[in-house]
Amino acid sequence: MAGRLEPEPIARRDFLGLAGWWTAALAVLGSLAGMVRLPNPRVLPETSRRFRIGRSRDYPVGSMQVVPDKNVLLVSRREGFAAISMVCTHLGCIVDRSETGFACPCHGSSFAKDGSVVAGPAPRGLRWLEVSRSIDGRLTVDSGREVPAGTWFRA
Amino acid sequence: MKRFDQKRGLAAFLANLRRLPDTLSYSIFRHGRPRSERGRSQAVFSSLFLHLHPTRVHVRTLGLTATFGLGIAALSFFIILLVTGILLMVYYTPSTELAYNSMKDIHYVVPSGRLIRNVHRWGAHLMVIVVMLHMCRVFYTASYKAPREFNWLLGMALFVVTLALSFTGYLLPWDQLAYWAITIGANIASSPRELTDALGITQWFDPGGLQKELLLGAGEVGQDALTRFYLLHVMLLPIVLVMLASVHFWRIRKDGGLGRPQAEQTSGAVGQAPDLVPPPGGESDKTWSLMAVVRDRSAATDNEPGDTVATWPYLLRGELVVFMLCTLACLVLGVLYDAPLKEIANPNVPENPAKAPWYFLGLQEMVSYSAFMGGLVIPAVAMVGLALIPYLDREAEPAGVYMSGRAGRKIALQSLAFAVLLAVAWVAIPVNFGWLRNWFPGIPQIVIIFVNPGSLLTLGYAAWSLVILRNTGSTRLGAIALFTCFVAGFVVMTYVGMELRGPNWDFYWSRSHWPVH
Repeated sequence: MAGRLEPEPIARRDFLGLAGWWTAALAVLGSLAGMVRLPNPRVLPETSRRFRIGRSRDYPVGSMQVVPDKNVLLVSRREGFAAISMVCTHLGCIVDRSETGFACPCHGSSFAKDGSVVAGPAPRGLRWLEVSRSIDGRLTVDSGREVPAGTWFRA
Repeated sequence: MKRFDQKRGLAAFLANLRRLPDTLSYSIFRHGRPRSERGRSQAVFSSLFLHLHPTRVHVRTLGLTATFGLGIAALSFFIILLVTGILLMVYYTPSTELAYNSMKDIHYVVPSGRLIRNVHRWGAHLMVIVVMLHMCRVFYTASYKAPREFNWLLGMALFVVTLALSFTGYLLPWDQLAYWAITIGANIASSPRELTDALGITQWFDPGGLQKELLLGAGEVGQDALTRFYLLHVMLLPIVLVMLASVHFWRIRKDGGLGRPQAEQTSGAVGQAPDLVPPPGGESDKTWSLMAVVRDRSAATDNEPGDTVATWPYLLRGELVVFMLCTLACLVLGVLYDAPLKEIANPNVPENPAKAPWYFLGLQEMVSYSAFMGGLVIPAVAMVGLALIPYLDREAEPAGVYMSGRAGRKIALQSLAFAVLLAVAWVAIPVNFGWLRNWFPGIPQIVIIFVNPGSLLTLGYAAWSLVILRNTGSTRLGAIALFTCFVAGFVVMTYVGMELRGPNWDFYWSRSHWPVH
């Protein structure tokens, strides 16, 4: 009786045929895997996400300034500095500043002054970015590094 | 060595030279002029380009209302797009620095460049419209039913590829419109992050990020994205479309040509090749040709010669008329209306409002509730739902009757009213009263993702068609309800996105109410 220990005998011709099919299938799958890997870049071709924004005295306590061309709002308070990203967390449009905080032109998300979501489809608040001081004493923002909302950098 | 008469050689040469036009044309076409029935058949089946047609078609196929020529129109627009697209490639440069300037060149400097570009743009819009209408025609005439289920799937795939071609072409001008539409599109691709973020697993499992990187080749829209979109637009997607379309056309013939009501079919065993089992009562003296051995529908088995006309010239003439009308439409629109070209792409200043091409504005309206649900889940559910229709509705039904008769028309009208009302309600409620986040500020994100007007609308439509299915006991009527809801929802959402949404995606009754900056 055929069972796991004593399998049904298979003709040599069938065995070779099956082996051929499986080899062909594996070859196709292997080359597909290689081809699919190609368009997935290992390194993203981007410029550095760190940039200097000037000295701390350029941003007096109580000021809020948009860093030119960087889509970042630098907030200066007695607690320190914070950089809030102005890229909408919904679909990547650049938010405008409004009376109550921020408003996105694309799909109507609105955010409070600290970046938290007030209304609209945005799944989360605006990102707070890491602020640090470079060796020459200038403030640096790293838009690739997010910090928890409410983190103030003391200069 | 054999010797030839010199004069005879010259005479033969001259005679052959005189006959050259005839012999040349015969060597190409292999038949005489299509004057006789036989000649007309030969003209069709001995040509690579025409043999896709049967040599004779049922008279019904030629009627205007049978198809409105929509399939041929879609093909015609594709051919127009192929030709104008290749012409545009002569000058277009897919580089972030040069693309916009080459568009300006095409528009202002290149001889007839503006017209060619306009025709390409209008052809693309019209192709999307025609493909959608074709889908409606096939659905409402029940032409998706067995044995045509697979061709319905191919048609859905062609619909998706058509939209993908339009979407990838949208980035190429590298103007503001292009840049922000693609930024939004790419972020929709990465929107599964909404869900993985809400579950806190993005670090380990990030399909959204992977999709976006595959599409853009970078973190944001730049040179790599332009290269990829160009490659998709001019190479990959056209090849895929041609292959799918070839199978689509081939299947039409394999499935017995255009579906038509049973009443107009003749013999009892409809189109099915008879079994080769000898009939009871002894051997039949009938001999079977090869067509009878193939267990499939053949175009010939259910036709009486009396109901058919020769493809050449009747069907081909009709196709030519459709093609010429399509070309005329593109030309007239292209002469009258220029394709838009805004300022050069500026990654710091989004358009306000930033709108996708019109056929995506229904999606954009849904996306303005939730990117993940509106941009990915609901379209995927809709596509899967439509794809399954021919496999779930298998009622034997005469193909070719719009709405399958009176009951179907009634259901379609009811569904239309229901779908429009529900869609309008789900747009009006958030516009007037806000949505969950306004009512319960601390609500968890996961609830916001799943409970939004778009997903409730989809559920409402699914429930409605299930109710129709139960009440009528007919899967065909259920399918009519579902499809009508889908079409009506699409139209309402597209209209809202197109006309009623202004700056900041706020609601405005008309464009003239938009605030002026």
